[in-house]
Parts: sequence; C-alpha cells; structure tokens
Amino acid sequence: MRVAVLRQGDYLIASIQSDLTDSEVLALREELAEQVGRLRCRGLIVDVGALDVIDSFVARSLSSLAATARLRGASTVIVGIQPHVAIAMVHFDLDLHPLVTALDLDEGLDALARLTSQGAEDGR
Amino acid sequence: MTTTEGTPDRKPAAASTAEASVLKELVAYLRDDRSDLRAEWTRRITDAQLLSVMTPSEISSEVTAVYDNYVDALETGSVETLQAYARDLSERIIPRGVETDEVLGIVLLLRDVLARALFVRHQDDLRMLDRVLDSYEPAANRIAVTVGVSFVEERERVIREQQDAIHELSTPVLQVRERLLILPIIGVLDTQRARQLTEQLLAAIQSSRAKVVVIDITGVATIDVTVANHLVQTVEAARLMGASAIITGLSSKIAQTLVDLGVDLAMMRTVGDLQGGLEEAERLLGHRPAEPEDIPQVAG
Amino acid sequence: MGDEARVPIASDADMVPARAEARALAEDLGFSPTDATLIATAVSEIARNIVSHVGLGEIVMTAIVEPDRRGLRVVASDEGPGIRDIEKALEHGYTSRKGLGLGLPGARRLMDDFDIASSSGGTTVTMTKWRFLDELERLRERRNSRPAERG
Repeated sequence: MRVAVLRQGDYLIASIQSDLTDSEVLALREELAEQVGRLRCRGLIVDVGALDVIDSFVARSLSSLAATARLRGASTVIVGIQPHVAIAMVHFDLDLHPLVTALDLDEGLDALARLTSQGAEDGR
Repeated sequence: MTTTEGTPDRKPAAASTAEASVLKELVAYLRDDRSDLRAEWTRRITDAQLLSVMTPSEISSEVTAVYDNYVDALETGSVETLQAYARDLSERIIPRGVETDEVLGIVLLLRDVLARALFVRHQDDLRMLDRVLDSYEPAANRIAVTVGVSFVEERERVIREQQDAIHELSTPVLQVRERLLILPIIGVLDTQRARQLTEQLLAAIQSSRAKVVVIDITGVATIDVTVANHLVQTVEAARLMGASAIITGLSSKIAQTLVDLGVDLAMMRTVGDLQGGLEEAERLLGHRPAEPEDIPQVAG
Repeated sequence: MGDEARVPIASDADMVPARAEARALAEDLGFSPTDATLIATAVSEIARNIVSHVGLGEIVMTAIVEPDRRGLRVVASDEGPGIRDIEKALEHGYTSRKGLGLGLPGARRLMDDFDIASSSGGTTVTMTKWRFLDELERLRERRNSRPAERG
C-alpha cells in the first residue's frame, strides 16, 4: 500500500509510504482533493517522511494539491520533509512559500489547529 | 633477474609451467615437513620473546593454524586469500593482547625459517636454489606486506571512526531552550563549511524539534555570492522542516551584499543583534498568531 | 558494487529505479547522504524530462575515479526532436507547453558540471557531481596504486 489515508475528525491524514511514480502522484492528488471535498475536511496533512527524493514535480503537485484543498475549504500542511530532501528542494526554481510545512505529524496537527481556528478568541 | 610484480590488486601474472611446478613442489615440501618447521618457528618466536602474553600451549595451537594458512597463502597468492589471512591473523591473536608489531614479527620469522629450510634443502644445487627462491621470495613478501598494510588500514579505520565521533560531538548548534536553537557562525565561511553547517542545523532541528533557529553572523566579516545563496537556502530548508529562521548580526556590509545579489531581504527575518534576535524568537515561540508564522502576509 | 548503471527510460515507472540506482552508486562512491539525495533528485528531473517530452531514452551513470576526487557522471540521452532553444530551456521559470517544466534548471543547480547537446536527432544531457577525497582516503589511494615490488 503506497499511501495510507486516515480520517481524524475534520482532518484527513495521508501518509506516503514509498517512492511514487508521477502517475501515482497525480492519482493521489486527485484522490485527496476529491476526499477533502466529499468529506468536508477542514484540514489535510500529507506526511512525506518516507520519501527520500522529492523533486520539482512532486513539490509542484503538493502545492497544487494544497491550492485545490484550499478551494474546498481545507488547509494543508506538509510534514516530515527530511533534512537531505529539504536541502535538495531549495535548489529548485520553485517558490515553495505557499506550502505550509511542519516537522512531523504532531506539529502538523498543531499547525492545522491554528490554521483552522481563525476567529477563535484565544489562539494558544 | 628482477621483475616488478603486478599491483596488489591483481593476481600474480600466470607463471610459466616450470615456475608453477617449482612453487608446487616447494609448497608440498613445506607441508610435508611442517612438524619440524613449526617447531623451529616456535623456538624462534620464544627466543625473540614474542607472543609473551600467550602460554606455550596457546602458542603451539596458534602456530599450527597460522602455519597452515601461511602455506596456503603462498600457494594461491591471490589478494583475497592474503587479506583474509591477514584479517584472520588479527582476529585470532590481537584480542589476546598481542601487539601488531609482534604479529608482523612472527610472520617475518616464519618467512625466515622457511627460507633457511629451503637453503638447506637445495644447498647442493645452487641453480635450483635460485629458482626456488625466485618463486618463494615474492610470495612470502606479499604475505608480509599484506599483513602490514592490513594493520595500517585497521588503524585508519579507527581514526576515521574517531573523526566521525568528534564531528558528531562538536556541532556548533546550541539548544538554548525548548524548541529554540542558536547557530553562531564565526570566521570565514566557505562553501564547504556552509554546507556542513546547514546539514548540522537541519539535523538539529529534527532531533530537538526546534521551531525557531537563530543564525548569528555577527562574527562573519564578509560573504560571497555562493555563501549568501547558501544562507538563503538554509533559511528556506529550515522552513520546509517547520522551523522559522532569524538571522542576526547582519552587518550593513553584508546586508548590502545580499541586496546586491538580489536576495529578497523581506523574505528573511533579520534582526540587528543576537539579543534582539532571541527576543524575536521568544515572541515567535510564546505568542502564536492565528495565522501560522511560516507564511508571509497572505490574503485569506 | 559496479561502476556503471544503465537505466532505460520508457515510462514514468522507470524513474523509480533510476533514482534508486543513482543513490546506490553515489553511496558506493562515498558521497554523503545529502549529496546522494541531490544526485538522485537531479536524475529524477532528467528522467522526467525524457519521459514527458520524448517518451524513450536512456540514463547511464558512471563512477569516475581520480587520484584526488570521485565523480558520478550521469548521461541522459534520447532520440527525440531536440530542444530548439537550449538557452531558454535553462532559464528560470521556463515551462514547456505541457506545463510540466523541463526540470533542467533544477538539475543544473543540483549538480556541479552540466552540459546539454541537442539537435533534431536527439538530446544528451551530461551532468557530474564531484567529491574530494580527504586525507585518509588519499593515503589509501596512494598505497593501493603503487605496484608491489619483488622481495
């Protein structure tokens, strides 16, 4: 199983477990976008901890997934980017700032909580 | 009649049939007479006071194995066999407290014992002796060299391990409180050092789960294009791991360099001095805004 | 451990083994884990370039051994129609009609040496990453390259 998808309350958590081909990346993007809309999720976490290569195509796909999820009312946080992978990613000619990132699942859930509680009186 | 042997990484050039049979015959002799030759070797080891940590019976049993393997190595002469021999030797003897010079010493003594035996055997036929030695000497010396080299390599392996351990321990990344790291950079920053610092910083972010890192470059006089780009990349890479970076100690000279290089300073959090940077870091950690701090102002 | 890896590229599924081979060869050559990732990422970009623009090609990765340094050379070739404007292709922000982006500028930044030759007969990208040997490695090199002398 290449990607495990869990639902946790209003959130969807997708864990990528192994290297994916381009077609699989695109399929995943469609799948998650669809689920986010259908399940009315407010947050999506994509855990890329198992990937030891994230190239420009995957990075762009993650960005576009986040944009699509946003259109469907969900914030997206990418978690688990490994140090070596982060170093490689900053060599791309890509603006990665639109991507919200966190260290791991716990941090990602915290970030989602903050992102989805806009308007809450007392942010932690 | 001196020819250079091939490199240690190649098998000795295929000997002619005559040479091959000389080697074969001498190996057979060394095997047949092994009891006497081993005894002679043991005697010389004791005389030279080598292997003094071992008891006579221990020496005796080691000598048997080592002798047989030596003759095998003479016979096949391949690098793999020799290296396996050297490794085996170390593994058998060194754990007992034997020094490396002793190991090489006993190997050389064995070489001498066998050479003398060959002298005696062929003393009536000097031409034959010549041919036998032509066959024996390079083979025996290859063994000695391989044993010696294997010790050097073992030492180097240990040095390398220690180097790595020192490198691990001497990370310049400091954890000042939970979730906050400081990386003070001092002196000349070249590309290689910059790369190492980036790796160490990101590894530290991961292991300490830092959310803010303060990179202080007060101690850096100038930076060139490559290093400046590196700094920017480091800040971005840290962000990809969920940590915000604050650059402190930016001299106006370096700030100008960055601007000239087209670095968008607005995308980097910079604070004049370390103290200010730490305060900013505390603010980032203590007060979380409704929007995540890792996106610059983005409309809804 | 070999010194060359050859990966045919015919579909996007081939990019996975291409990355894995690149990483394995890099590690064999003693590149750091970070550099191995940079190389594997560059190979991924180059492989995609073949898949999305031509459909068929080959990536050959070779180990280069020099006294003071080690290199991993990647040669990606295809027999497609060629890149009409190489300068443009290497510009930041350039994307092809398919919108996928050529990935070449990224690959160039990830590697040390980078060269493209393209004509109507096909395109060949040659890129290399180097690492310098440290003291201990250099000593070992010198030791192993001297011919053994006769007794």
